Amino acid sequence: MIAYILRRLFQSIVVMLVVGLVSFSLFRYVGDPVATMMGQEASVADRAELRERLGLDDPFFVQFANYLGRAASGNFGISYRLQQPVMELILSRLPATLELAFVSGILAFVVGVSFGVYTALNRSGMLSSSIMTLSLIGVSLPTFLIGILLIWLFAVELRWLPSFGRGETVRLGYWTTGFLTPSGRASLILPAITLGLYQMTLIMRLVRAEMLEVLRSDYIKFARARGLSNRAIHFGHALKNTMVPVVTIAGLQLGSIIAFAIITETVFQWPGVGALFINSVQFVDIPVMAAYLMLIALIFVVINLVVDLLYYAIDPRLRIEQSGARH
Amino acid sequence: MIARFRTNGLSMPGRSLLLAAAASLLLGSAAHAETLRWARVGDALTLDPHSANEGPTSTLLHHIYETLVERGLDGSLQPRLATEWSIHADDPTVWVFKLREGVKFHDGADFTAEDVVASVTRVTSETSDFKGLHAAVAGAEAIDDYTVHIKTNGPSPLYVQNLTNFFIMDKGWIEANGVENPQDFKAGEEKYTVRNTNGTGPYVLESRDPEVRTVLKLNENHWAEKPAVTEIIYTPIKEAATRVAALLSGEVDFVQDVPVQDIARLQETQSVAVTTGPENRTIFFSYDMTSDSLISLAGDNPFKKPEVREAMALALDRDAIKTVVMRGQSVPGAQNVPPFANGYDAELDAYGAPDYDKAKALLAEAGYPDGFSVDFHCPNDRYLNDEAICQAFVGMLGRIGVKANLVSQSRTVHFPAIQNLQVDFYLLGWGVPPFDSQYVFDFLVHSREDARGGWNGSRYSNPEVDAKIKSLATETDLEKRDATIAEIWKQVQDDRVFLMVHNQVLAYATKANIEIAVHPENQPSMTNVTFK
Repeated sequence: MIAYILRRLFQSIVVMLVVGLVSFSLFRYVGDPVATMMGQEASVADRAELRERLGLDDPFFVQFANYLGRAASGNFGISYRLQQPVMELILSRLPATLELAFVSGILAFVVGVSFGVYTALNRSGMLSSSIMTLSLIGVSLPTFLIGILLIWLFAVELRWLPSFGRGETVRLGYWTTGFLTPSGRASLILPAITLGLYQMTLIMRLVRAEMLEVLRSDYIKFARARGLSNRAIHFGHALKNTMVPVVTIAGLQLGSIIAFAIITETVFQWPGVGALFINSVQFVDIPVMAAYLMLIALIFVVINLVVDLLYYAIDPRLRIEQSGARH
Repeated sequence: MIARFRTNGLSMPGRSLLLAAAASLLLGSAAHAETLRWARVGDALTLDPHSANEGPTSTLLHHIYETLVERGLDGSLQPRLATEWSIHADDPTVWVFKLREGVKFHDGADFTAEDVVASVTRVTSETSDFKGLHAAVAGAEAIDDYTVHIKTNGPSPLYVQNLTNFFIMDKGWIEANGVENPQDFKAGEEKYTVRNTNGTGPYVLESRDPEVRTVLKLNENHWAEKPAVTEIIYTPIKEAATRVAALLSGEVDFVQDVPVQDIARLQETQSVAVTTGPENRTIFFSYDMTSDSLISLAGDNPFKKPEVREAMALALDRDAIKTVVMRGQSVPGAQNVPPFANGYDAELDAYGAPDYDKAKALLAEAGYPDGFSVDFHCPNDRYLNDEAICQAFVGMLGRIGVKANLVSQSRTVHFPAIQNLQVDFYLLGWGVPPFDSQYVFDFLVHSREDARGGWNGSRYSNPEVDAKIKSLATETDLEKRDATIAEIWKQVQDDRVFLMVHNQVLAYATKANIEIAVHPENQPSMTNVTFK
């Protein structure tokens, strides 16, 4: 078990380094930060001077090595755009993204699993077919459009919910939370639905398909023959066995919820790291882009690690195979 | 609300409600407590007054800090911290500023000439982003508490025009906080001035969460008349649709950056008022008219031939771009300078209808009966509908057989490519902050030399014109200077250095009861807001 974790940790570090290398090599195609950092009156010489001061003329590997060196000592630099320390910026934006991802993740999981089970058990019902049809729309409409539609309906027409921002937040140490104020909670609803809708439909369809598969299997038939109650069969045996792939997907999707919150955050002016990233890309704010991509890589690596460990807990066969290998 | 009760007739409950509403209005104006929620596309990058020469940053800072002179709504210079300014009677290289007396900084310090001197030193220092505008400055000197001399290297009759975004800081505060220089990115440390302010402006910084919300409160000790707005809540909303939705849902009062496609619809919405006005920004095409070989057409350069440049001008249908691409929101023209800038000539700005047959004939005459093919670079995130303008022109050029291969890129790639002379044919926009043609000539017409010609992607190089442009910088006889400007424009138009498309138009949208005039530099001051 410990050897397994250590091996996974080593792999994770390699993944992080590769992500860093690839993202760094891409920055040169994003553009020249000096073009956005200086006003139009800056002369060619002024621009060259700033470029040199920022070390942008150094060879790629020198820049990368310098960056890693500074990052290893905890210095991620100053944002070219907002002129503030990068780590501080990202940490101040992270709570907004994590809270949003958390709420939409829970929403997607709970609603997705319940709808999935329901549609699997009642295959021909009216409600089932309408849920299935709606889920198709959920998968096929782009996030951007869903967000705008929700804003138009609930903020402009009905005026029930705010159209942008995070509402009032409460500061708890380093963390700012929107859970504790009415405006903060109201602000979460539309972005959480927008962000979670795709995952919700994905989980729903996955649960439904897995569930149908499992319900056809022999041990379910034997369980029925033994006279177990429907409830015990559906939830004790069938659902439990459908959960292995669902947890994998849900876990990976949690990573992508955080990583791809960019669009939702932009539509709702949600002050999270995704919005920070997209603004940084448009400005060619290299220090922020680099730190953000490393952070996302870290999140994916950690989630994968946790998911692997969860397999252990859910699927006893993995434990048997591992212990079997030792003999 | 009141209007509706009136039209409904005055039933008893209606009348009492009306009275209540009138009373609360009166109370409201008596208490002068009006909050304005202001949204625009981006936030100020920093609160340091000298480290980001960028529109939104300066616009917000104008509420906290003040300048010696400011740009009025008509484009003229207006007194602010300076009450009078002139070129020294005996020395044309010295600008004399008389300062406003009795002005205090937010922390209570008095505003004096020493503060101006310290600010000049700071704005000309190496890490300042405004140093280009002060390149002519040799030094500043406080003559007495309320008189400052700014000495320039040679006569600079236009220098005062560069001061509309030059914010004055307190000398004592600068020294106490060790912020003698603006942000140095290499040092990797955040300056105190990025988040803290101490200006003389009409509003005081209350709180700031970058890209979320900035709150400003009225400065009770300000020297000018009290504005109607006593609190400003500034929120950037990047997405155009969300920004408009926030206005329609009543969550913000004033949207500064209204998307062109929404203007017509908002004008029909009763709860919203839209104000439009000309912006100080031209949109034009230009091309490498000098090199023997183009990058995308090796061995040949059609743009070198005057007939080709004329043909392209004949293919450009400015009115079609105005109606179709800009939805009526632009001021087409042929002279690459805004109408309110010095040197504008309505005659040069007049344009004719497109003539595709004549254009084709000219191309044939130039030796391109079947047209030619060339790369066409365009930004897609900088100007109003920039990419769509280019697409429209690609179609128009297609009609005369010129195949323009559109390369549409982010400004972060597009601008360096122009500066590094890596494009043959491109779209660019240009604002003229000093409101004088010299600014256009310096950057876009003069051949590349020292600080001049940095954006001259046409590679246009005419020694005679260059000499005239140089003379503008030091010519103190304004009549003579204007004559030179007219001569240069004549030459530039004859040589077709630019293919001007239009001037951009600004649109501000507010709640129906709020009035705000469009500022030509897109730097509206909330002190000018009135409530109906």
